[in-house]
Amino acid sequence: MTKQKTSLQQWLIAAAVILVILFSAAGIDYSSLAAFTPSMGLEVLKGLMHPNWGFVYDGSGEDLLSLLLLTIGIAFLGTAIATVLAIPIMLLSASNLWKAHPWVARIGKFVCNVLRAFPELVYAIIFVRVVGPGPFAGVLAIGVHQIGMLGKLYTEEMEAMDEVPVEAVRAVGGNFWQAMLYARAPQLMPIYSSLSLNHFEIAVRSASTLGLVGAGGIGAPLIFAIQARNWAQVSIILLGVIITVFLLDLLTGYIRKKLR
Amino acid sequence: MKLKDTIHFNWYKNLFVVFLLLVCAGGSAALTGADFSEVFENAGQIGIFMGRLAHPDFSYIPDILNPMLKTLQMSVVGTVLGVLFAIPFAFLATTVVTRNRVVTGVIRFLLDVIRTIPNLLLAALLVAVIGIGEATGVLTIAVFTFGMVSQLIYEAIETIDEGPIEAAESVGANKVQIAAWSIAPQILAQIASYTFYALEVNVRASTVLGYVGAGGIGVMLNSSLALLKYERVSVIILTILIVVAIVDALSEMIRRRLA
Repeated sequence: MTKQKTSLQQWLIAAAVILVILFSAAGIDYSSLAAFTPSMGLEVLKGLMHPNWGFVYDGSGEDLLSLLLLTIGIAFLGTAIATVLAIPIMLLSASNLWKAHPWVARIGKFVCNVLRAFPELVYAIIFVRVVGPGPFAGVLAIGVHQIGMLGKLYTEEMEAMDEVPVEAVRAVGGNFWQAMLYARAPQLMPIYSSLSLNHFEIAVRSASTLGLVGAGGIGAPLIFAIQARNWAQVSIILLGVIITVFLLDLLTGYIRKKLR
Repeated sequence: MKLKDTIHFNWYKNLFVVFLLLVCAGGSAALTGADFSEVFENAGQIGIFMGRLAHPDFSYIPDILNPMLKTLQMSVVGTVLGVLFAIPFAFLATTVVTRNRVVTGVIRFLLDVIRTIPNLLLAALLVAVIGIGEATGVLTIAVFTFGMVSQLIYEAIETIDEGPIEAAESVGANKVQIAAWSIAPQILAQIASYTFYALEVNVRASTVLGYVGAGGIGVMLNSSLALLKYERVSVIILTILIVVAIVDALSEMIRRRLA
Protein backbone atom coordinates (compact mmCIF):
# COMPACT_ATOMS: atom_id res chain seq x y z
CA MET A 1 0.00 0.00 0.00
CA THR A 2 1.92 3.00 -1.22
CA LYS A 3 0.73 6.51 -1.58
CA GLN A 4 -0.22 6.97 -5.21
CA LYS A 5 0.51 10.01 -7.29
CA THR A 6 -2.62 11.67 -8.56
CA SER A 7 -2.21 12.52 -12.19
CA LEU A 8 -3.78 15.41 -14.04
CA GLN A 9 -6.07 12.97 -15.84
CA GLN A 10 -7.49 11.66 -12.57
CA TRP A 11 -8.13 15.22 -11.39
CA LEU A 12 -9.97 15.92 -14.61
CA ILE A 13 -12.16 12.81 -14.21
CA ALA A 14 -12.93 13.75 -10.61
CA ALA A 15 -13.85 17.29 -11.64
CA ALA A 16 -16.10 16.00 -14.41
CA VAL A 17 -17.84 13.59 -12.03
CA ILE A 18 -18.48 16.35 -9.50
CA LEU A 19 -19.82 18.64 -12.23
CA VAL A 20 -22.21 15.91 -13.41
CA ILE A 21 -23.44 15.37 -9.84
CA LEU A 22 -24.00 19.10 -9.26
CA PHE A 23 -25.74 19.48 -12.62
CA SER A 24 -28.03 16.55 -11.79
CA ALA A 25 -28.79 17.76 -8.29
CA ALA A 26 -29.71 21.18 -9.68
CA GLY A 27 -31.97 19.73 -12.38
CA ILE A 28 -34.36 17.86 -10.12
CA ASP A 29 -37.72 19.23 -9.13
CA TYR A 30 -37.89 19.06 -5.33
CA SER A 31 -41.30 20.71 -5.04
CA SER A 32 -43.00 17.48 -3.98
CA LEU A 33 -40.86 17.36 -0.84
CA ALA A 34 -42.20 20.75 0.26
CA ALA A 35 -45.71 19.37 0.66
CA PHE A 36 -44.43 16.66 2.96
CA THR A 37 -44.78 17.32 6.67
CA PRO A 38 -43.44 15.24 9.56
CA SER A 39 -46.97 14.74 10.92
CA MET A 40 -47.93 13.03 7.64
CA GLY A 41 -44.97 10.73 7.91
CA LEU A 42 -45.84 10.00 11.51
CA GLU A 43 -49.40 9.10 10.58
CA VAL A 44 -48.12 6.66 7.96
CA LEU A 45 -45.66 5.15 10.42
CA LYS A 46 -48.42 4.75 13.01
CA GLY A 47 -50.55 2.92 10.44
CA LEU A 48 -47.63 0.72 9.42
CA MET A 49 -47.03 -0.23 13.04
CA HIS A 50 -50.47 -1.87 13.22
CA PRO A 51 -50.55 -4.60 10.61
CA ASN A 52 -53.94 -5.98 9.70
CA TRP A 53 -53.37 -9.53 10.95
CA GLY A 54 -56.83 -10.61 9.81
CA PHE A 55 -55.60 -10.52 6.21
CA VAL A 56 -52.97 -13.24 6.75
CA TYR A 57 -55.40 -16.10 6.26
CA ASP A 58 -59.16 -16.02 5.88
CA GLY A 59 -59.71 -19.05 3.66
CA SER A 60 -61.08 -17.02 0.75
CA GLY A 61 -58.10 -17.59 -1.52
CA GLU A 62 -57.63 -13.80 -1.64
CA ASP A 63 -55.64 -13.65 1.59
CA LEU A 64 -51.96 -12.98 2.11
CA LEU A 65 -50.75 -16.58 2.32
CA SER A 66 -52.48 -17.77 -0.84
CA LEU A 67 -51.36 -14.66 -2.75
CA LEU A 68 -47.77 -15.10 -1.61
CA LEU A 69 -47.89 -18.75 -2.65
CA LEU A 70 -49.26 -17.63 -6.01
CA THR A 71 -46.43 -15.10 -6.33
CA ILE A 72 -43.85 -17.80 -5.64
CA GLY A 73 -45.62 -20.04 -8.15
CA ILE A 74 -45.41 -17.32 -10.83
CA ALA A 75 -41.71 -16.83 -10.15
CA PHE A 76 -40.96 -20.56 -10.12
CA LEU A 77 -42.80 -21.42 -13.32
CA GLY A 78 -41.39 -18.33 -15.05
CA THR A 79 -37.83 -19.24 -14.11
CA ALA A 80 -38.43 -22.90 -15.01
CA ILE A 81 -39.64 -21.93 -18.50
CA ALA A 82 -36.72 -19.53 -18.89
CA THR A 83 -34.21 -22.18 -17.81
CA VAL A 84 -35.54 -24.74 -20.28
CA LEU A 85 -35.68 -22.26 -23.18
CA ALA A 86 -32.36 -20.56 -22.35
CA ILE A 87 -30.46 -23.78 -23.05
CA PRO A 88 -31.20 -23.92 -26.81
CA ILE A 89 -30.47 -20.17 -27.00
CA MET A 90 -27.18 -20.81 -25.24
CA LEU A 91 -26.32 -23.60 -27.69
CA LEU A 92 -26.93 -21.12 -30.50
CA SER A 93 -24.99 -18.22 -29.05
CA ALA A 94 -21.89 -19.80 -27.50
CA SER A 95 -19.07 -18.92 -29.86
CA ASN A 96 -16.93 -21.91 -28.84
CA LEU A 97 -19.59 -24.26 -30.25
CA TRP A 98 -19.72 -22.47 -33.60
CA LYS A 99 -16.05 -22.06 -34.40
CA ALA A 100 -16.64 -22.78 -38.09
CA HIS A 101 -19.64 -20.43 -38.35
CA PRO A 102 -19.15 -17.47 -35.98
CA TRP A 103 -22.15 -15.64 -37.46
CA VAL A 104 -24.54 -18.16 -35.80
CA ALA A 105 -23.27 -17.19 -32.37
CA ARG A 106 -23.71 -13.54 -33.24
CA ILE A 107 -27.37 -14.13 -34.13
CA GLY A 108 -27.93 -15.99 -30.85
CA LYS A 109 -26.39 -13.16 -28.83
CA PHE A 110 -28.48 -10.62 -30.69
CA VAL A 111 -31.66 -12.56 -29.80
CA CYS A 112 -30.62 -12.53 -26.12
CA ASN A 113 -29.95 -8.80 -26.19
CA VAL A 114 -33.31 -8.05 -27.77
CA LEU A 115 -35.15 -10.24 -25.24
CA ARG A 116 -33.36 -8.52 -22.38
CA ALA A 117 -33.94 -5.05 -23.74
CA PHE A 118 -37.60 -4.69 -22.79
CA PRO A 119 -38.36 -4.07 -19.12
CA GLU A 120 -40.33 -6.89 -17.48
CA LEU A 121 -43.21 -4.51 -16.93
CA VAL A 122 -43.59 -4.03 -20.68
CA TYR A 123 -43.67 -7.80 -21.23
CA ALA A 124 -46.30 -8.06 -18.54
CA ILE A 125 -48.43 -5.47 -20.32
CA ILE A 126 -48.05 -7.34 -23.63
CA PHE A 127 -48.97 -10.70 -22.11
CA VAL A 128 -51.92 -9.30 -20.16
CA ARG A 129 -53.23 -8.42 -23.61
CA VAL A 130 -52.43 -11.86 -25.04
CA VAL A 131 -53.69 -14.24 -22.34
CA GLY A 132 -55.82 -11.87 -20.32
CA PRO A 133 -55.12 -10.47 -16.87
CA GLY A 134 -54.02 -13.04 -14.31
CA PRO A 135 -51.03 -14.90 -12.93
CA PHE A 136 -50.30 -16.67 -16.21
CA ALA A 137 -49.46 -13.33 -17.85
CA GLY A 138 -46.92 -12.80 -15.06
CA VAL A 139 -45.43 -16.25 -15.66
CA LEU A 140 -44.94 -15.47 -19.35
CA ALA A 141 -43.52 -12.00 -18.68
CA ILE A 142 -40.93 -13.34 -16.25
CA GLY A 143 -40.22 -16.32 -18.47
CA VAL A 144 -39.54 -14.34 -21.64
CA HIS A 145 -37.48 -11.67 -19.87
CA GLN A 146 -35.36 -14.26 -18.10
CA ILE A 147 -34.67 -16.28 -21.26
CA GLY A 148 -32.58 -13.29 -22.31
CA MET A 149 -30.93 -12.89 -18.90
CA LEU A 150 -30.17 -16.58 -18.38
CA GLY A 151 -29.26 -17.10 -22.03
CA LYS A 152 -26.57 -14.46 -21.75
CA LEU A 153 -25.18 -15.78 -18.46
CA TYR A 154 -25.28 -19.41 -19.67
CA THR A 155 -23.44 -18.39 -22.83
CA GLU A 156 -20.75 -16.60 -20.85
CA GLU A 157 -20.21 -19.67 -18.68
CA MET A 158 -20.10 -21.95 -21.72
CA GLU A 159 -17.50 -19.74 -23.38
CA ALA A 160 -15.39 -19.53 -20.22
CA MET A 161 -15.40 -23.27 -19.47
CA ASP A 162 -12.37 -25.49 -19.29
CA GLU A 163 -12.03 -27.17 -22.73
CA VAL A 164 -9.56 -29.87 -21.67
CA PRO A 165 -12.18 -32.54 -20.83
CA VAL A 166 -13.89 -31.81 -24.16
CA GLU A 167 -10.62 -32.37 -26.00
CA ALA A 168 -10.13 -35.59 -24.05
CA VAL A 169 -13.54 -36.91 -25.12
CA ARG A 170 -12.92 -35.85 -28.74
CA ALA A 171 -9.47 -37.50 -28.64
CA VAL A 172 -10.97 -40.92 -27.83
CA GLY A 173 -13.47 -40.55 -30.67
CA GLY A 174 -16.49 -39.02 -28.96
CA ASN A 175 -18.75 -36.96 -31.20
CA PHE A 176 -20.15 -33.49 -30.53
CA TRP A 177 -23.13 -34.66 -28.45
CA GLN A 178 -21.06 -37.15 -26.45
CA ALA A 179 -18.63 -34.35 -25.60
CA MET A 180 -21.61 -32.21 -24.64
CA LEU A 181 -23.06 -34.86 -22.35
CA TYR A 182 -19.91 -36.26 -20.74
CA ALA A 183 -17.54 -33.28 -20.65
CA ARG A 184 -19.50 -30.05 -20.86
CA ALA A 185 -22.70 -30.85 -18.97
CA PRO A 186 -21.09 -32.11 -15.75
CA GLN A 187 -18.92 -29.01 -15.57
CA LEU A 188 -21.69 -26.54 -16.31
CA MET A 189 -24.68 -28.06 -14.51
CA PRO A 190 -23.79 -26.78 -11.01
CA ILE A 191 -23.12 -23.26 -12.34
CA TYR A 192 -26.30 -23.24 -14.39
CA SER A 193 -28.36 -24.46 -11.43
CA SER A 194 -26.85 -21.77 -9.27
CA LEU A 195 -27.63 -19.07 -11.85
CA SER A 196 -31.20 -20.30 -12.22
CA LEU A 197 -31.69 -20.28 -8.46
CA ASN A 198 -30.33 -16.75 -8.32
CA HIS A 199 -32.81 -15.73 -11.00
CA PHE A 200 -35.60 -17.42 -9.09
CA GLU A 201 -34.81 -15.01 -6.23
CA ILE A 202 -34.93 -12.09 -8.65
CA ALA A 203 -38.15 -13.44 -10.17
CA VAL A 204 -39.88 -13.54 -6.78
CA ARG A 205 -39.11 -9.85 -6.36
CA SER A 206 -40.42 -9.02 -9.84
CA ALA A 207 -43.47 -11.24 -9.45
CA SER A 208 -44.47 -9.22 -6.42
CA THR A 209 -44.49 -6.07 -8.54
CA LEU A 210 -46.08 -7.36 -11.74
CA GLY A 211 -49.52 -7.16 -10.13
CA LEU A 212 -49.24 -3.43 -10.84
CA VAL A 213 -50.30 -4.08 -14.43
CA GLY A 214 -52.73 -6.91 -13.70
CA ALA A 215 -50.33 -9.82 -14.05
CA GLY A 216 -51.35 -11.54 -10.82
CA GLY A 217 -49.66 -12.08 -7.50
CA ILE A 218 -49.41 -9.93 -4.42
CA GLY A 219 -48.73 -6.65 -6.29
CA ALA A 220 -52.33 -5.75 -7.09
CA PRO A 221 -53.74 -5.84 -3.53
CA LEU A 222 -50.69 -3.91 -2.36
CA ILE A 223 -51.22 -1.14 -4.89
CA PHE A 224 -54.92 -0.93 -4.02
CA ALA A 225 -54.06 -0.70 -0.34
CA ILE A 226 -51.45 2.01 -0.98
CA GLN A 227 -53.85 4.03 -3.12
CA ALA A 228 -56.56 3.74 -0.48
CA ARG A 229 -53.94 4.75 2.12
CA ASN A 230 -54.95 1.67 4.09
CA TRP A 231 -51.62 1.49 5.94
CA ALA A 232 -52.59 -1.49 8.12
CA GLN A 233 -53.11 -3.54 4.96
CA VAL A 234 -49.93 -2.16 3.30
CA SER A 235 -47.99 -3.04 6.39
CA ILE A 236 -49.08 -6.68 6.54
CA ILE A 237 -48.48 -7.20 2.80
CA LEU A 238 -45.03 -5.61 2.89
CA LEU A 239 -44.21 -7.72 5.93
CA GLY A 240 -45.35 -10.81 4.06
CA VAL A 241 -43.28 -9.95 0.96
CA ILE A 242 -40.17 -9.15 2.99
CA ILE A 243 -40.38 -12.35 5.05
CA THR A 244 -41.03 -14.48 1.94
CA VAL A 245 -38.16 -12.97 -0.03
CA PHE A 246 -35.88 -13.23 3.00
CA LEU A 247 -36.68 -16.92 3.61
CA LEU A 248 -36.35 -17.81 -0.08
CA ASP A 249 -32.99 -16.01 -0.26
CA LEU A 250 -31.80 -18.03 2.72
CA LEU A 251 -33.02 -21.27 1.13
CA THR A 252 -31.51 -20.62 -2.30
CA GLY A 253 -28.33 -19.35 -0.67
CA TYR A 254 -28.05 -22.64 1.22
CA ILE A 255 -28.66 -24.73 -1.91
CA ARG A 256 -26.18 -22.66 -3.90
CA LYS A 257 -23.50 -23.16 -1.27
CA LYS A 258 -24.14 -26.92 -1.50
CA LEU A 259 -23.81 -26.81 -5.28
CA ARG A 260 -20.37 -25.26 -5.13
CA MET B 1 -13.26 -32.01 -12.77
CA LYS B 2 -13.06 -35.42 -11.12
CA LEU B 3 -14.44 -38.71 -12.33
CA LYS B 4 -17.07 -38.77 -9.58
CA ASP B 5 -18.53 -35.54 -10.97
CA THR B 6 -19.58 -37.18 -14.22
CA ILE B 7 -23.20 -38.07 -14.70
CA HIS B 8 -22.72 -41.83 -14.28
CA PHE B 9 -22.38 -41.27 -10.57
CA ASN B 10 -25.18 -39.94 -8.38
CA TRP B 11 -27.62 -40.20 -11.26
CA TYR B 12 -30.38 -41.39 -8.90
CA LYS B 13 -29.90 -38.26 -6.78
CA ASN B 14 -30.10 -36.04 -9.84
CA LEU B 15 -33.18 -37.90 -11.01
CA PHE B 16 -34.84 -37.23 -7.65
CA VAL B 17 -34.02 -33.51 -7.90
CA VAL B 18 -35.45 -33.38 -11.42
CA PHE B 19 -38.59 -35.16 -10.18
CA LEU B 20 -38.91 -32.66 -7.32
CA LEU B 21 -38.51 -29.72 -9.69
CA LEU B 22 -41.12 -31.16 -12.04
CA VAL B 23 -43.57 -31.52 -9.15
CA CYS B 24 -42.94 -27.89 -8.15
CA ALA B 25 -43.37 -26.73 -11.75
CA GLY B 26 -46.58 -28.73 -12.07
CA GLY B 27 -47.87 -27.26 -8.82
CA SER B 28 -47.01 -23.75 -9.97
CA ALA B 29 -48.70 -24.35 -13.31
CA ALA B 30 -51.89 -25.48 -11.57
CA LEU B 31 -51.71 -22.54 -9.18
CA THR B 32 -51.23 -19.90 -11.86
CA GLY B 33 -53.71 -21.42 -14.27
CA ALA B 34 -51.06 -21.84 -16.94
CA ASP B 35 -52.50 -22.77 -20.30
CA PHE B 36 -49.91 -22.65 -23.03
CA SER B 37 -52.37 -23.32 -25.82
CA GLU B 38 -53.75 -19.86 -25.05
CA VAL B 39 -50.42 -18.32 -26.01
CA PHE B 40 -50.48 -19.89 -29.44
CA GLU B 41 -54.15 -19.20 -29.99
CA ASN B 42 -53.64 -15.53 -29.25
CA ALA B 43 -50.28 -15.28 -30.97
CA GLY B 44 -51.98 -12.90 -33.37
CA GLN B 45 -52.19 -10.34 -30.56
CA ILE B 46 -48.41 -10.49 -30.14
CA GLY B 47 -48.10 -10.01 -33.90
CA ILE B 48 -50.34 -6.93 -33.83
CA PHE B 49 -48.47 -5.52 -30.86
CA MET B 50 -45.08 -6.09 -32.43
CA GLY B 51 -46.31 -4.74 -35.74
CA ARG B 52 -47.28 -1.47 -34.12
CA LEU B 53 -44.06 -1.36 -32.11
CA ALA B 54 -42.17 -1.77 -35.38
CA HIS B 55 -43.34 1.67 -36.55
CA PRO B 56 -41.71 4.07 -34.13
CA ASP B 57 -42.93 7.63 -34.28
CA PHE B 58 -39.62 9.50 -34.41
CA SER B 59 -41.27 12.90 -34.28
CA TYR B 60 -41.97 12.17 -30.63
CA ILE B 61 -38.24 12.18 -29.72
CA PRO B 62 -37.98 15.90 -28.80
CA ASP B 63 -40.75 15.40 -26.23
CA ILE B 64 -38.96 12.59 -24.42
CA LEU B 65 -35.44 14.06 -24.31
CA ASN B 66 -36.19 16.14 -21.25
CA PRO B 67 -37.79 13.28 -19.20
CA MET B 68 -34.89 11.06 -20.22
CA LEU B 69 -32.41 13.64 -18.95
CA LYS B 70 -34.44 13.89 -15.74
CA THR B 71 -34.26 10.11 -15.37
CA LEU B 72 -30.48 10.25 -15.70
CA GLN B 73 -30.24 13.09 -13.19
CA MET B 74 -32.43 11.18 -10.75
CA SER B 75 -30.20 8.12 -11.11
CA VAL B 76 -27.01 10.13 -10.53
CA VAL B 77 -28.28 11.96 -7.45
CA GLY B 78 -29.92 8.84 -6.02
CA THR B 79 -26.79 6.77 -6.56
CA VAL B 80 -24.53 9.37 -4.92
CA LEU B 81 -26.84 9.75 -1.92
CA GLY B 82 -27.21 5.99 -1.56
CA VAL B 83 -23.45 5.39 -1.67
CA LEU B 84 -22.73 8.19 0.80
CA PHE B 85 -25.11 6.62 3.32
CA ALA B 86 -23.95 3.11 2.52
CA ILE B 87 -20.29 3.72 3.42
CA PRO B 88 -20.64 4.25 7.19
CA PHE B 89 -23.18 1.42 7.48
CA ALA B 90 -20.95 -0.92 5.50
CA PHE B 91 -18.10 -0.20 7.92
CA LEU B 92 -20.38 -1.01 10.85
CA ALA B 93 -21.52 -4.21 9.16
CA THR B 94 -18.09 -5.87 9.40
CA THR B 95 -16.49 -7.33 12.49
CA VAL B 96 -13.18 -6.11 11.07
CA VAL B 97 -14.24 -2.61 12.10
CA THR B 98 -16.60 -3.12 15.03
CA ARG B 99 -14.97 -6.16 16.71
CA ASN B 100 -18.47 -6.75 17.99
CA ARG B 101 -20.70 -9.52 16.64
CA VAL B 102 -23.94 -8.05 17.99
CA VAL B 103 -23.62 -4.62 16.36
CA THR B 104 -22.56 -6.21 13.08
CA GLY B 105 -25.40 -8.74 13.22
CA VAL B 106 -28.05 -6.10 13.84
CA ILE B 107 -26.79 -3.79 11.10
CA ARG B 108 -26.52 -6.66 8.62
CA PHE B 109 -30.05 -7.76 9.39
CA LEU B 110 -31.33 -4.23 8.76
CA LEU B 111 -29.43 -4.05 5.46
CA ASP B 112 -30.82 -7.46 4.46
CA VAL B 113 -34.36 -6.30 5.15
CA ILE B 114 -33.89 -3.12 3.11
CA ARG B 115 -32.53 -5.18 0.23
CA THR B 116 -35.54 -7.49 0.13
CA ILE B 117 -38.04 -4.72 -0.73
CA PRO B 118 -38.56 -4.77 -4.50
CA ASN B 119 -37.66 -1.49 -6.17
CA LEU B 120 -41.04 -0.75 -7.66
CA LEU B 121 -42.89 -1.49 -4.39
CA LEU B 122 -40.56 0.90 -2.58
CA ALA B 123 -41.34 3.56 -5.18
CA ALA B 124 -45.09 2.96 -4.86
CA LEU B 125 -44.85 3.21 -1.09
CA LEU B 126 -42.77 6.40 -1.14
CA VAL B 127 -45.09 7.96 -3.72
CA ALA B 128 -48.01 7.31 -1.37
CA VAL B 129 -46.15 8.72 1.62
CA ILE B 130 -44.34 11.71 0.08
CA GLY B 131 -46.24 12.36 -3.10
CA ILE B 132 -45.73 12.17 -6.84
CA GLY B 133 -42.53 13.68 -8.18
CA GLU B 134 -38.91 13.34 -9.10
CA ALA B 135 -37.69 13.77 -5.54
CA THR B 136 -39.55 10.57 -4.64
CA GLY B 137 -37.75 8.78 -7.44
CA VAL B 138 -34.41 10.04 -6.15
CA LEU B 139 -35.25 8.79 -2.68
CA THR B 140 -36.29 5.37 -4.02
CA ILE B 141 -33.05 5.03 -5.95
CA ALA B 142 -31.08 6.18 -2.92
CA VAL B 143 -32.65 3.55 -0.66
CA PHE B 144 -32.23 0.84 -3.30
CA THR B 145 -28.58 1.81 -3.89
CA PHE B 146 -27.99 1.92 -0.16
CA GLY B 147 -29.07 -1.71 0.20
CA MET B 148 -27.13 -2.93 -2.82
CA VAL B 149 -23.87 -1.03 -2.37
CA SER B 150 -23.58 -1.47 1.39
CA GLN B 151 -23.43 -5.24 0.87
CA LEU B 152 -20.80 -4.93 -1.86
CA ILE B 153 -18.69 -2.61 0.31
CA TYR B 154 -18.84 -4.74 3.44
CA GLU B 155 -17.87 -7.77 1.43
CA ALA B 156 -14.91 -5.76 0.11
CA ILE B 157 -13.90 -4.68 3.62
CA GLU B 158 -13.86 -8.29 4.75
CA THR B 159 -11.22 -9.19 2.18
CA ILE B 160 -8.77 -6.36 2.97
CA ASP B 161 -5.24 -6.75 4.23
CA GLU B 162 -5.36 -6.57 8.05
CA GLY B 163 -1.72 -5.45 8.41
CA PRO B 164 -2.37 -1.68 8.26
CA ILE B 165 -5.13 -2.07 10.88
CA GLU B 166 -2.74 -3.78 13.25
CA ALA B 167 -0.13 -1.11 12.60
CA ALA B 168 -2.58 1.69 13.37
CA GLU B 169 -3.88 -0.13 16.44
CA SER B 170 -0.39 -0.63 17.83
CA VAL B 171 0.26 3.11 17.75
CA GLY B 172 -3.02 3.76 19.59
CA ALA B 173 -5.44 4.75 16.82
CA ASN B 174 -9.14 4.70 17.67
CA LYS B 175 -11.85 3.02 15.55
CA VAL B 176 -12.64 6.08 13.43
CA GLN B 177 -8.96 6.65 12.72
CA ILE B 178 -8.52 3.00 11.76
CA ALA B 179 -11.51 3.20 9.42
CA ALA B 180 -10.24 6.39 7.80
CA TRP B 181 -6.52 5.63 7.53
CA SER B 182 -6.20 1.83 7.40
CA ILE B 183 -9.36 0.58 5.73
CA ALA B 184 -10.65 3.37 3.50
CA PRO B 185 -7.49 3.69 1.34
CA GLN B 186 -7.66 -0.01 0.56
CA ILE B 187 -11.25 0.02 -0.68
CA LEU B 188 -11.67 3.49 -2.22
CA ALA B 189 -11.09 2.26 -5.75
CA GLN B 190 -13.60 -0.56 -5.20
CA ILE B 191 -16.20 1.84 -3.78
CA ALA B 192 -15.81 4.04 -6.85
CA SER B 193 -16.19 1.03 -9.11
CA TYR B 194 -19.32 -0.14 -7.23
CA THR B 195 -20.76 3.35 -7.51
CA PHE B 196 -20.55 3.23 -11.29
CA TYR B 197 -21.95 -0.29 -11.30
CA ALA B 198 -24.87 0.91 -9.15
CA LEU B 199 -25.40 3.79 -11.56
CA GLU B 200 -25.74 1.31 -14.44
CA VAL B 201 -28.30 -0.74 -12.50
CA ASN B 202 -30.15 2.39 -11.40
CA VAL B 203 -30.45 3.88 -14.88
CA ARG B 204 -32.15 0.65 -15.97
CA ALA B 205 -34.38 0.56 -12.91
CA SER B 206 -35.28 4.24 -12.91
CA THR B 207 -36.74 4.03 -16.40
CA VAL B 208 -39.76 2.17 -15.02
CA LEU B 209 -40.08 4.04 -11.71
CA GLY B 210 -42.26 6.66 -13.35
CA TYR B 211 -44.84 3.93 -13.81
CA VAL B 212 -45.94 4.46 -10.22
CA GLY B 213 -45.46 8.23 -10.33
CA ALA B 214 -41.85 8.60 -9.28
CA GLY B 215 -40.87 10.84 -12.19
CA GLY B 216 -38.70 10.49 -15.27
CA ILE B 217 -39.22 8.67 -18.55
CA GLY B 218 -41.44 6.01 -16.93
CA VAL B 219 -44.24 8.57 -16.69
CA MET B 220 -44.21 8.92 -20.48
CA LEU B 221 -44.00 5.15 -20.91
CA ASN B 222 -46.99 4.70 -18.64
CA SER B 223 -49.15 7.32 -20.35
CA SER B 224 -48.23 6.12 -23.86
CA LEU B 225 -49.12 2.55 -22.91
CA ALA B 226 -52.37 3.65 -21.30
CA LEU B 227 -53.32 5.65 -24.41
CA LEU B 228 -52.37 2.65 -26.62
CA LYS B 229 -49.89 4.83 -28.52
CA TYR B 230 -47.50 2.02 -29.34
CA GLU B 231 -45.57 4.10 -31.91
CA ARG B 232 -44.53 6.25 -28.95
CA VAL B 233 -43.91 3.27 -26.69
CA SER B 234 -41.42 1.88 -29.18
CA VAL B 235 -39.61 5.24 -29.47
CA ILE B 236 -39.40 5.46 -25.68
CA ILE B 237 -38.06 1.93 -25.39
CA LEU B 238 -35.53 2.58 -28.15
CA THR B 239 -34.38 5.76 -26.40
CA ILE B 240 -34.04 3.92 -23.09
CA LEU B 241 -32.01 1.21 -24.83
CA ILE B 242 -29.63 3.68 -26.42
CA VAL B 243 -29.17 5.69 -23.22
CA VAL B 244 -28.62 2.54 -21.14
CA ALA B 245 -26.07 1.32 -23.67
CA ILE B 246 -24.21 4.66 -23.58
CA VAL B 247 -24.22 4.80 -19.77
CA ASP B 248 -23.02 1.18 -19.60
CA ALA B 249 -20.18 1.85 -22.03
CA LEU B 250 -19.09 5.05 -20.26
CA SER B 251 -19.21 3.54 -16.80
CA GLU B 252 -17.41 0.41 -17.93
CA MET B 253 -14.67 2.58 -19.42
CA ILE B 254 -14.29 4.53 -16.18
CA ARG B 255 -14.36 1.35 -14.11
CA ARG B 256 -11.57 -0.13 -16.20
CA ARG B 257 -9.51 3.03 -15.62
CA LEU B 258 -10.11 2.72 -11.88
CA ALA B 259 -9.11 -0.91 -11.68
